[in-house]
Amino acid sequence: MNMLSIIFIVAGLFFMIVAAIGVIRLPDVFSRSHAASLADSLGAFLMLVGIALHEGLGINMLKILVVLALLYILNPVIAHATIRAALRSGLKPWQKETS
Amino acid sequence: MKTFLFCVVVLLVILIGAFLYRVLQGPTIFDRLLGHNGISTKAIILLIVIGISFERVDMFIDISIGYALLNLVGALAVAKYLEQKGASIE
Repeated sequence: MNMLSIIFIVAGLFFMIVAAIGVIRLPDVFSRSHAASLADSLGAFLMLVGIALHEGLGINMLKILVVLALLYILNPVIAHATIRAALRSGLKPWQKETS
Repeated sequence: MKTFLFCVVVLLVILIGAFLYRVLQGPTIFDRLLGHNGISTKAIILLIVIGISFERVDMFIDISIGYALLNLVGALAVAKYLEQKGASIE
């Protein structure tokens, strides 16, 4: 395992930890979707690139890239569909209480 | 290298626990759907990392592709269904 793939995997883990903290801490579903779609997709992208670099050229690298394309297309699409459903069923975005 | 992959697996399982808290706790159904999406993403990556750790990537990557297709397309179908029908919000 060379140094470059370790760097990519650690960067991906950092973005995934940020996404998990955001999903726990943020106040409502609209702001949580930022953490669950943007940071999570970037973390998965970086981790799969690191794994593909470790694997080297071959059929396994091609299959890992197929998984990467699936995740990177479908993850934001699902978050977008979920948030549009939340907005259409009348959920109000969170606002700070003015005291 | 084996130790590094083991640490990655343990950290991914802890992150799955964080998303599971949102699935169990979430006030609306959309929070649970977002949590489910995050858990499925983590599980796909977890399968590939376990495959590298066992040096049998060629077998685990096929399971991972099947899991990705089933879970992500299923979550998209649930989201589109809720968008057309509308969910009850208390």
